[in-house]
Amino acid sequence: MPMKNKEPRFYISKRADADRRTAWTIRIIAIVISLIVCGIVTMICTGDNPISIFATIFKGAFGTQRKAWITLQYVAVLLIISLALTPAFKMQFWNVGGEGQVLMGGLSAAACMITLENKLPNAVVILLMIVTSLLAGAIWGVIPAIFKALWNTNETLSTLMMNYIATQLVAFFTIVWEVPKGSGKIGIINQNSNIGWLPNIGNKYLLSILVAIIVTAGMYVYLKYTKQGYEISVVGESLNTARYVGIMVEKVIVRTMILSGALCGLAGLLLVGGINHTITTTITNGQGFTAVMVSWLAKFHPIGMIFTSLLIIFMDRGASEISTAFELNQSFADILTGIILFFIIGCEFFIRYEVRFRKDSGKENA
Amino acid sequence: MFSLVAFIPRAVQQGIPLLFGSTGETITEKSGNLNLGIPGVMYVGAICGVIGAFFYEQSVPSGDLNGFLAVFIPLLCSLAGSFLMGLLYCYLTVSLRSNQNVTGLAMTTFGIGFGNFFGGSLIKLAGADVPSISLSQTSAYFSKTLPMASTTGWFGKIFLSYGFLAYVAIIISLIAAFVLKKTRTGLHLRAVGEDPATADAAGINVTKYKYIATCLGCMIAGLGGLYYVMDYACGVWSNDAFGDRGWLAIALVIFTIWKTDVGIFSSILFGGLYILYLYLPSGTHTEYKELYKMIPYVVTLVVLVITSMHNKRENQPPHSLGTNYFREER
Repeated sequence: MPMKNKEPRFYISKRADADRRTAWTIRIIAIVISLIVCGIVTMICTGDNPISIFATIFKGAFGTQRKAWITLQYVAVLLIISLALTPAFKMQFWNVGGEGQVLMGGLSAAACMITLENKLPNAVVILLMIVTSLLAGAIWGVIPAIFKALWNTNETLSTLMMNYIATQLVAFFTIVWEVPKGSGKIGIINQNSNIGWLPNIGNKYLLSILVAIIVTAGMYVYLKYTKQGYEISVVGESLNTARYVGIMVEKVIVRTMILSGALCGLAGLLLVGGINHTITTTITNGQGFTAVMVSWLAKFHPIGMIFTSLLIIFMDRGASEISTAFELNQSFADILTGIILFFIIGCEFFIRYEVRFRKDSGKENA
Repeated sequence: MFSLVAFIPRAVQQGIPLLFGSTGETITEKSGNLNLGIPGVMYVGAICGVIGAFFYEQSVPSGDLNGFLAVFIPLLCSLAGSFLMGLLYCYLTVSLRSNQNVTGLAMTTFGIGFGNFFGGSLIKLAGADVPSISLSQTSAYFSKTLPMASTTGWFGKIFLSYGFLAYVAIIISLIAAFVLKKTRTGLHLRAVGEDPATADAAGINVTKYKYIATCLGCMIAGLGGLYYVMDYACGVWSNDAFGDRGWLAIALVIFTIWKTDVGIFSSILFGGLYILYLYLPSGTHTEYKELYKMIPYVVTLVVLVITSMHNKRENQPPHSLGTNYFREER
């Protein structure tokens, strides 16, 4: 209808009380829609019918007992990295350097395994691996934190650069330690002696899962019930408030990044010592970046991260099953993950804001 | 043996994708949007161009390519692909006010996956009977050098021996510098990036400026991907070959302190650093080459730290960078 004053068709206002049930309903709707879109995209690419597509996805993640264990193990590693990044995010320190911190942890674990074989007893080697990889991750995390604390250097970019420096360090040592010479890779470390292999508990997957459970519980308590956790949230909410109440912001930044980096190092230790028993430049497989999204999607809530990391890994494993079945490229998983992420990112808007459509435009205009 | 005349053209070829990326990202950041999706956008720009060229080459018998269409189709596809990515980013961060870091990273995941997926599966999906994507005919049009390049000696080699997109990159960055610095549009854009609330009060349409700047920025960045695959890589797509240049382009924005004209020289410098390892002596120890590859990142980190140490007002990022604007939220 013709109008003189252009009036918007809908209004946006902030929800006064975003209650939990509405929030979760909206999130679940978003996930369902995103799964439908993923199904349609897969259908276009493969020509398969949607039900069998989702059956394949499920089979890829939980089809056999072994697959289910591997899925859970992947979830555990991603969860640890996400938890590691969380305290930093809570204080608005955008640590996208998870990749580098995990790699450094893995690199020092590998270094212990390779250089100390036949020199020290297994238990001592493992102990040294734990100490050095936590330390290496912490150092890699604390360098950008010091820059941030001293000169307010943009942490997103400095942590990003640290990733590539770590990648090149790993590439350097890969060639130094390559077996056999000229192959460009290290291969399984200590295949015969198994020195430095983290012990199996029950089966070879359970160790990472147990560590992840402990870290989750620990992080939940740390963020919610300790003084340091409280300081982190104050710094994140408002720098001025934090300074006003006497919190040493610089100290909190450095301390939190030591913790964040050390936990990333722990994930590296598990990847090298417990799961792969080798190191490559791509051992992290982009999980340092995925973890940023896992953590954010769960609103930095440790328990919520169990579900978000499960969702991401589930789709990832499922999509790679689809790409194997239809001889497509493995990157198909990234596309599906991307689609799901876009929907969940977008749905946060409808949780925070209310959209009201203008009902009776004629009356208001008159 | 090291020869500067041979080194500079290679550095420039490495630098041009970075220049496209950093010019696009600078324009985007001037509107207050920190688009970490640029690496993904550059992949999408590249693969869309490849898809366009692939179907065009498949549809006409070999050797019958129309020069204009061979350039125009990939260019249009590339621009359209990166434009859609920009639109997606804007819709999520400007209209839906999502967190910019997370949206950007999700776009990078999606974009790189999109590029590698279609790069790896295009032949199977299209049912074509070629062993690999090799668009040498299209590439020949893209990498055609200026006619005087081979006859003017070292001058031709250093200044004239590039495909047309290289000159486009330099022209775009000069225009962008001029528009940002000297025109009213540029002033408005900078106002939006510095303080959207004030700009809004002054009657500037914040949403419109953010949308246009970000989409334009993405389209420019996408051309970087297209240049890489069509000119530098001679039309051969290989997965992950583009690598981390997108992130370097974002780093370059800081290196150039948000000035696109400075970007021309800095991107060539970065391009040189990127391939420096090929020229540094390492003897039989190939492992040191891996350490030399670290140089561009270390340099970026050092520059980042130094610029933040000299806390000059004119060298600071746009004040509202990374935060979303909602009129009713003060």
